[in-house]
Formats: sequence, C-alpha cells, structure tokens
Amino acid sequence: MKNDQQYDRYQRQIILPGFGEAAQQKLSQAKVLVVGAGGLGCPVLQYLTAVGVGTIGIVDDDVVSLSNLHRQVLYSVHDIGLSKAEKAVDTLQQLNPDTKFHAYNLRLSNNNAAAVIQPFDIVIDGSDNFATRYLVNDTCVLLDKTLVYGAVSQYQGQVAVFNCTTHPTRTPVNYRDLFPQPPAENEVLNCEEAGVLGVLPGIIGSMMANEIIKLITNTGKALIDRLLTYDARNNQLYEIELVPRSDTRAMIPADTQALKKHNYQLHCSTPSELEINDEFFEQLVQTGDVDIIDVREKGEKPTIKQFEHRSIPLAHLQNSISELKSHTIVVICQSGQRSLQAAQQLNKIFGGSKKIYSLQGGILGWKENFQKEST
Amino acid sequence: MSLKIIFFGSLTEIAGETIVLGEVVDTDDLVKALHKNYPKLADTRYAIAVDKKVISKNTILHKNSEVALLPPFSGG
Repeated sequence: MKNDQQYDRYQRQIILPGFGEAAQQKLSQAKVLVVGAGGLGCPVLQYLTAVGVGTIGIVDDDVVSLSNLHRQVLYSVHDIGLSKAEKAVDTLQQLNPDTKFHAYNLRLSNNNAAAVIQPFDIVIDGSDNFATRYLVNDTCVLLDKTLVYGAVSQYQGQVAVFNCTTHPTRTPVNYRDLFPQPPAENEVLNCEEAGVLGVLPGIIGSMMANEIIKLITNTGKALIDRLLTYDARNNQLYEIELVPRSDTRAMIPADTQALKKHNYQLHCSTPSELEINDEFFEQLVQTGDVDIIDVREKGEKPTIKQFEHRSIPLAHLQNSISELKSHTIVVICQSGQRSLQAAQQLNKIFGGSKKIYSLQGGILGWKENFQKEST
Repeated sequence: MSLKIIFFGSLTEIAGETIVLGEVVDTDDLVKALHKNYPKLADTRYAIAVDKKVISKNTILHKNSEVALLPPFSGG
C-alpha cells in the first residue's frame, strides 16, 4: 500500500481471507472500460471506483433525462441534459480521488471501437441496444479482451463472462455462441418499451461488478462461459453452461480492418434478413444446401464460375420465387446493394420459413478476398 | 416421458412460465411442437438449454429432461 490512508480506505476487504494486499494491488493496476453509463453502468462504476480499480473508462454519448433517474443512481435532477460520461466522472472522482478516469462522450461504432477498447484489460457491456452489444462482443473477440456482460428486461436480468482466456486449451465462449445473430428491430423490446424495475439493474450491475473483482483479483469462481439469469419477482436464479458453436467465428469480422467495414447499426435495424460476410458465405457454399441467386442484369461482369448459382435479375425476382427450393437462400449482386433489396423482398414473401441472406460487399468484395483460393 | 420446459423473459408472455410436454424425442421435435402450440414463438429468437447446457444442434431428450428457452435482453 502506498500509504496509511489507502490501507485505511480498503482495510475491510484487505483483511478478507483469500484477498489481502496483493489482491488490492491487482485492483489498483487494473484498467476497466465500462460501455454504457446507464442502469447497469451506474452500479458497476460506483463499485469499481469504491473498491479501488485503478483506471476506469466510461463510454456513453447520451445525456441524463428525468426517466433515467428511477434506476440510474449516479445522477440527480440537477444533471438532466448533461453528458452521462462526464457527469459520472465528476461524481465518481469525489468518491475516489486516486482513480484515473477517461470519459468517452461518444457512441461506440465500428470505426472507433477497436481504438477505444484496446488500452483496457476488461470490458463491461452495460449498453442498451443490440448494435452496441454485438459490436462490443466482436471487438473483444478480435482484441482478446475479457467481456463482462449484463442485460435486463422487465423483472429479469442476465450476467455472463465472455471471451475469458483462462484455459489456454479451450476456445472461450462469446455472446454469439449464445445468440449468433442480432434480433430484428422490434423483435426484442428495450427498457423504454418493455419497462424495467428500478432496482433490477442495481442488482445485475452489482453482480457484474462482483464478477469483475473476481476476475481481476483471481478470487472465487467467476461466471466464465456461464450465463446466470435472475428473476426479481421470486429471487430465482438459473445458471446454464455455454459452449462454443462451430459457426460463430465466421460471423465475426476477420480482423479490426474488416470490423471497420461492418455496419452494426444496419444489421440491427433492418428486418430479419441479414447481410453475411465472405467467410460465412463460403461456409454456406460448402454445405451445398443453399440457393444462390445472382440478381444482376444478364451480361454484367465479372461472371461467376466458382460456385453454382442461378441468375434472376432483381426486376424478375418476385415472379420467380417458385424456383427457390432450398431452406437457405443467398442473394448476390455486384456490390451488395441490390442483393440487400432483393433479400428484403424475399424476406417479406417467405417470413420466417426460409433463411434469407445477402452477400455483403457483393461479388467484387468476395473476389477480392477469395480470388486466390478460387482461381 | 415428461419434459419440463421453462420460459424466460418475453417468452413467458407467449407460453407461460413453465409447461410440461410429453412425446417429443429431440429438440427439433420439441421446437416443432412448441411452434405449433404457440405460433408466436416461431417469430422470436431464443437460445435453448437442455439440462442447463446450451445446445447448438439437434439434441436427444431424455425422460425428465429440463429444457429452458432464453431470449436475448437488450436493456442496460
């Protein structure tokens, strides 16, 4: 300990069996990034600051509003209209003047996620939308960062530790092993629409903070590769084991460059049809059990010889749906624009009865990535 | 054969909190039966756990298996 005052501050946890000054030292050296300073972020931030985590980053582009105050306990009526990230730092710095804070008053995006996340050891997902959740997950996989996940809806909450590489021989589980693809817009209601009990994110956020402390100090048993669900109505806990899926990696951009091209906002706001990347497309081609439809006009170059497909120009697609027999359909075009339109049309026609995909980046993008293998 | 199926989150609004089902041999069969009884489930995304372990492909169900259906939550 640096001095008596620091020892005094943390004395109650330093004296814990199995904790001690060594664990306290680990906390002071840890760098934790909290994505979302809302219902979950507030208790996470309060406890991480209180227990002595050395460096804390806070990402949130939102401002405080009156409807936040029933659950976002860091803020008061005087803060309405102020930046959450900046206000949180103001308040937390008073709680612990030794903590180093970095406020990121921005929305995490495919362009900035890797740069924001890179300097931190552990990332906390307390965000309130699927675009951010999938972005944070994929970035953590690409950068090998442990992700402590929490989410709430109405009276229930989920907590898990993803991408924790404590077992060098085992592939760690990530969010996509649980939910491979984002739900369609409006398929899952957010807090604004479905409601949330004020104390629930307090409980779930405190559980998240507990997982972070255990991970940093290597005490107890963290929820690594496990999902815990808590129900505030009856105090029931349900814990399940998560396992890696074989197709998950293909859904995540190949590297941080590919991540920058992946539009998470688009993926989570269009109806349930999905754009797929080249790697996932290759896997589908390998299965053979897929209808690949080229919706370009006849004669457009390059011609495709590398895989079986059918040519149905976009204008004729609606009249040709009886030709589509497979359960899975991938639509392709030159750059991925027309095929996205086509996928939207097919999705309206088939609803949930077929899996419809559009190849992101089109033939041109695919050729760039796979030319070597396929020529 | 009696299977206990537990629903979480918004799925309880479609199917209730728990149901007991017989005469299904595997999870594909179960999903088919559930979608028939509760058509709204077909339009909803969820993960399936059998005996507290998440599955990613069709899984044989045994006598007294416990199945949980968990939807994604977005709220923070």
